[in-house]
Parts: sequence; structure tokens; C-alpha cells
Amino acid sequence: MPRGLTRLTYVDLFLWAFRIGIVALVVVGSVATLVAGRYTGQQWLDFVEFGLAQGGIYALIALGYTMVYGVLNMINFAHGEVFMSGAFTAYFVAAPLGASGFLGRHLLAGLLLVLFVSVATSTTVAVLVERIAYRPLRRAPRLVPLITAIGASFFLQYTFRGLYGAGIHSYPDIAALSGTWRIGGIPILRTQAIVLLASVVMMFVLYTIVMRTKIGKAMRAVAEDRDTAALMGVNVDQVIVFTFALGGAMAGAAGILYALVFKQVHFFMGFVPGIKAFTAAVLGGIGNVPGAMLGGLFLGIVESVGPALFLDGLGIRAPYQLRDVVAFTMLLIMLIFRPSGILGERLATKKA
Amino acid sequence: MKRSKMLATLALCAAIGLGVYLASPVPAATMAPTDPIGVITIGPGQPITIAWWLVVSGADGTLGTDSRRGIEIAIDDKHGMLLGHPIKLVGEDSGCNPEGGTTAATKVAANTDVVVAIGSSCSSEAVPGAPILWKAGIATVSPSNTAPKLTDPNRGPDYDGYLRTAHNDLIQGKVGATFVRTQLKNVKTAATIHDGSPYAQGLAAAFADNFTKQGGKIVAQEAVGRDDTDMHPVLTRIASTKPDLIYFPIFVAAGGFITRQAKEISGLANVTLMGADGLLTPDFLKAAGDSAIGMYQSSPDLTPDAMGADYSKVFIPKYKAKYGELPIAGFHAHAYDAANVVFLAITKVAKSDGGTLYIGRKALRDALFATKGYHGLTGIITCNQYGDCADPHIAVYQIVSSDPASWDVGKNPKKIYPVGKKM
Repeated sequence: MPRGLTRLTYVDLFLWAFRIGIVALVVVGSVATLVAGRYTGQQWLDFVEFGLAQGGIYALIALGYTMVYGVLNMINFAHGEVFMSGAFTAYFVAAPLGASGFLGRHLLAGLLLVLFVSVATSTTVAVLVERIAYRPLRRAPRLVPLITAIGASFFLQYTFRGLYGAGIHSYPDIAALSGTWRIGGIPILRTQAIVLLASVVMMFVLYTIVMRTKIGKAMRAVAEDRDTAALMGVNVDQVIVFTFALGGAMAGAAGILYALVFKQVHFFMGFVPGIKAFTAAVLGGIGNVPGAMLGGLFLGIVESVGPALFLDGLGIRAPYQLRDVVAFTMLLIMLIFRPSGILGERLATKKA
Repeated sequence: MKRSKMLATLALCAAIGLGVYLASPVPAATMAPTDPIGVITIGPGQPITIAWWLVVSGADGTLGTDSRRGIEIAIDDKHGMLLGHPIKLVGEDSGCNPEGGTTAATKVAANTDVVVAIGSSCSSEAVPGAPILWKAGIATVSPSNTAPKLTDPNRGPDYDGYLRTAHNDLIQGKVGATFVRTQLKNVKTAATIHDGSPYAQGLAAAFADNFTKQGGKIVAQEAVGRDDTDMHPVLTRIASTKPDLIYFPIFVAAGGFITRQAKEISGLANVTLMGADGLLTPDFLKAAGDSAIGMYQSSPDLTPDAMGADYSKVFIPKYKAKYGELPIAGFHAHAYDAANVVFLAITKVAKSDGGTLYIGRKALRDALFATKGYHGLTGIITCNQYGDCADPHIAVYQIVSSDPASWDVGKNPKKIYPVGKKM
């Protein structure tokens, strides 16, 4: 007799019933949807494409959460606002460039300039938040920096509201990026393709920095044991600043990709993507860099494909209203089956 | 020791109270009206406080800002004075969501000086907010809530203090459907999208009902979240039902995303888009860009056909002089009328006594509901027992330019229905 069965409690029974129930719902729903044949193969591919593009943006933001957690064991809830600060600030460069036609004539140079402004702003904000709000509290109980992070989040939102106004702004349309490309006979929206490509490149660069460079090695050392790393001659403060800067830069890049697809920016835009990216980081295993990438892409695909695949077949009307329910149920299932996330909780090296 | 101190304090209070009572002139005791839910006393020279609770920030900030300007112009027209007292305008941002509505209403209700409120902007704010105000004895007149359920005969006693000068969406939904069925000959099927808010849900349902009744076919009724940004998946789902028109009476942020993304979906390249009064603002042009061109919107008719000469000859120049731009949403005139209805009701029920003003809260509420035949900017305002006061004129507009600077309701967006006649 397996050892586990002898100690089966009501809680275990409930959890197993819950797992089986959800899996059954997913299977029944998916089969019913596929049998009904409402969507064409092309439409399924579209769902996946939209999910991957959205997921790439989530992943880039999630990297900031996960690296800071790996190094400091704290959730930087102001990270969504770091994302907002870059995209919102870069709008004021992108709008005149778009209006003067510069973006149309020199697409690459224009985009790189906008990207640079966004990355620079986000990096600066992330580093300032670390220096002003978090560093004085580094030895405080864990709850203290968490609450401070929420405070910093509000502070940033309303600072940028004060700076740029409460209304919305929209990035200019770029003619060269509208329409589709045919890749292998499949039409793919140009912006989505660029976003996906750019986020994969960015994640690769980040992974290389963490795994192959000296400062990356120092980051991993601090993540494993801060005090020992300090004794070995690692400058802990410098590593932490670098971690925030790297996370901020990724968030700034994500801001521009977001703006390419969705255009609208306003002072509150960071909140929802921030929460979603945090979910993605937990889904992949918080503290784990490849986990955050995987979690982001997984969350994007589930949000895009899930309502149509799982809920349509169950006869639920307007399934996309339940997009967040699907996403967070997936998170719940993941946490029940694998409490440490898809790839487990670690920053490149295993924790004890 | 402690108890004796308390007793002493009580005795002192009683003595002072008695002194004040005896010292005050005799007529006050008889003049002060009694009221089942309380009387507001405004001393000589003290202001009459009126509160707005409207959305003035975020993606829908223009909606409430425009209404607030209507109220401010109404106050200017009275030179800031009512019955010899200055009018004091206070306000709270209500955020166009239930949480914001609750917070704003709670803050307004906590201010015991507030005589009456004007708001809210979005129906989702009024559903939780109006009962909070009414529990504090504050009646509220909304310039822009249009959800049918707010003035439904079954709305319940919690909403006894709630009125509106905006139209009911049962009417807007009908005009929208009639326009599509009679003017857009190639539209046979339609899909609707709402965002779960009472406004969008009510209006989408009203449109669908009337569209079906008039021989059209609703092929999909979808919903999105207010904060959703990626509409591609839900639009792909809609594309699988091949509609001729998508009707999405939602708000600026999500409406902008749908408008931009719809044309990118294979199968929806030629679909007709239509929204409603929540999108009638230059901010929507910013949100949607060039993809908004050609889109239809139903909204209050703000052209001279429906509004009378005073609106374009007197009100609009005042608005432009004061704020440096043309109206930025659809409900400034309704707010102006709401403020004047409120002033009229206060004038009717306030009892003056040598500079001191007494306003009974229940009496004021009853006077508001008794408003009859008032000639406002938006038409003849008569309130029914459920709080519907509007004289609704609905028009359908088409967006002709995506430049926010060209915003001029009637020209861009251009009025195209009803054609040349009054509704």
C-alpha cells in the first residue's frame, strides 16, 4: 500500500476532486469545441499567434519580478509602474517623430530612439525606487518592503499623472508595420511577429547576461546566499542595483512592444500588465529566469486560446468575459499540482 | 472621578444648549421646517454646498469633465448666488467603475453640508453610489447615466433619491437599431460586445432586442473585461459568425482597442463598426486613431435641430470662452439642465428666515421629482416617479476625421440620422 494513502485527509480528497473536476471540464470542453468545428485551422493559429505576442510582453515584465525576487526575496509590486513610466515617457518622443513623418522615413532609427528613451526612463525609475524606497529597508521584516512596494506603486502612478496628465495618449500608427506578412503561407500580423521576435531576442540576451557574464555570476551568488557572497568579495549593493536596472530595462522594452501593438498609454496602464506578469512569474516558478519566460508565454496562450477552447464547448456564452477566470484557474491548478511553479523556484542555481 | 467629570461636562452642555435655545429669537423655533430625514441649516452668508461625483481622470475623464463644466456654467449664469447665498461646488472623482463610485459617494455623504449631488457619470458608479447618498439623505441627479435599470419601476427604495436628465438606453438602443435597419441596407447580421458594466450590458441588450424585432439577426453576443487590451481573440471568435456589423456600446479604452484591432482580423476587414455615447469624445479619436474613420456612434442629438437656439448661440460660446475648446463629450447640456433643476427645487423648498436658510432633505427630493415642464437646453424636462426626467433626442453620428483637433459634434462626428427632422 502506498504510504500516502494511509494518511488521506478530507483536504486531500477535496483537492483531488478539484483537480479531477477541472481537468475533466477542460477535456470535455476542448473535445466538444473541436467536435463542433466552429473555428478553422487558420483561426486556431491566429489565437496562438495573439497569445504568443501578448505572452512575450508578459514575459519581459515577469523577468523583472522574478530577478528581484531571486536576489532579494521580495515582490517588487511597483514593477508594473516601471513598465508604465517608460512607455508613457517615450510617447512624448514617438508622437512628434510620427507627426513629422520621421518614423515613416527612418523606421529603424526612429524605433530605436523611442526604445532608448523608454528603456532609459524605466531603468532610471527602477534604480531610484531601489535606492530610495527599498535599500533603507533591506534588513526589515519581509512585510515591510512589500507594503513599501505597493506605496511606491501608487506614488509612481500619481507622479506620472501629475507630470503627463490624467487623459490617454496614443502612439502614432506606423504604416510599415500594419498589415500581414506571409510566413510559410500563413498570414501573420506584422506587429505581432515583431513583438514576438523582439521579446525572444531580449530574453536570450538577458539569459546570456545572467548565465555567461561575471556580473550574472555575481547575481546568482547573491541569490543563493547574500552574506556568503559578500564574504567572497561580491559587492552586494552593486549587484542589487544591477538587478533592478536589468529588470527596468526589460520593462522599458516591453513598454515599447506593448505600445506597438496596443497604442494607448495612460498613467494607470501598468497595473493590469503588472498583475498578469506577476502571475506569469509565479506560474513559471518565481525566482527562475527561464520560468518567467515560459510562464509569460504560457499565460498569454491560455488567455487567448483558453476561453475559446475550454469554455466554448461547455456552452458558455461570451467566454472571453471569463478570460481572467481561465488564466487564474490555470495558476491555481499549477500551484496545486506543482506548488513551486513550472520550472521550480530558483535563480539559475538550486536553493537549499 | 471620571464619571463625575463626565456628568459635569454633560450638565455644562445642557446648560449651554438651553442658553442657546432661550437666547435664539422666537420665530426661528417656529420657522425651522421639520423634515422626516433632516433639515439643512445654512447660516447668513454661508454657502449652499452642491457636490458633483463624476469621472474626471483616466480614459473616460472627458465624460465627467464635460459634465462638470456644464454645472460650472450653470452656476456662472446665476452669478454664483442662490437665494442670497453663494453656491459652493465640491466634488469627487468617481473613476467610472463601481469601486470609484462607492468611494466618491461615501466621501460626498460624509460631508453634512452637501445639500444635493449631481452625478454620477457612469451607470456602474450609480448602482452602488446612489443608495449610499440616499442613506445620508442626499438626492442626486445624474447628467449621463443611461442604464435602464437605474430608473426601472422595480429599482427599489434604495434609489428613491436618484434622478437623471440623461436619456434611458431603452430609447438609445431602439434608435440605434432603427438606424441600422433603415439606413444601412447591406447590414443583415450584427454582433454585440459589452464590458459587463450596467451601461454597456443594458444598451447592448436594448439594441439586440430592437434589431431582432426589426428583422435583423444577432449572430453573436460577446463580452470583454473593462481592462482587457488584447481584443484579437474575442474578435476572431466573432469573425467565425461572419457579422455585417459589430455594435460595442462600451467605454474609451476598450472601445479604442476593439476599433483598432477589428480591421486586423481576417474576415472582419469590411465589417461596419458602431458604438454609443460612451465613445463620443475626442479622446476616443486618440485611442482609436485612423481606424475610427467611418465608424457610427449613437448619442444625444447636440445639433441645432434638437437643442434650440439658446444652446448654439448662448451656451456654446460661453463654454468655448471659459474652457478654450468645444464640448469634449455628450452630456454638458444635460449637466447644465441638472444643475438648473436642482437650483429650481432648492428655490421651491428653501425657507428663509432673516438670512438663515432651511432646506428639508425629503422636501427637496420631492421637489426634484415634481419637476415638470422645465424648459432646459436639452428639451422639456419632466420627471416621472422613477426618476427619468429627460426629453430624449438621439442622433447617429459618423466619424469623418481622426484628428482630435477637428472635434465638433455635428460636423466631426457628422450627424447623419435622423435626417432633417426632429425625433
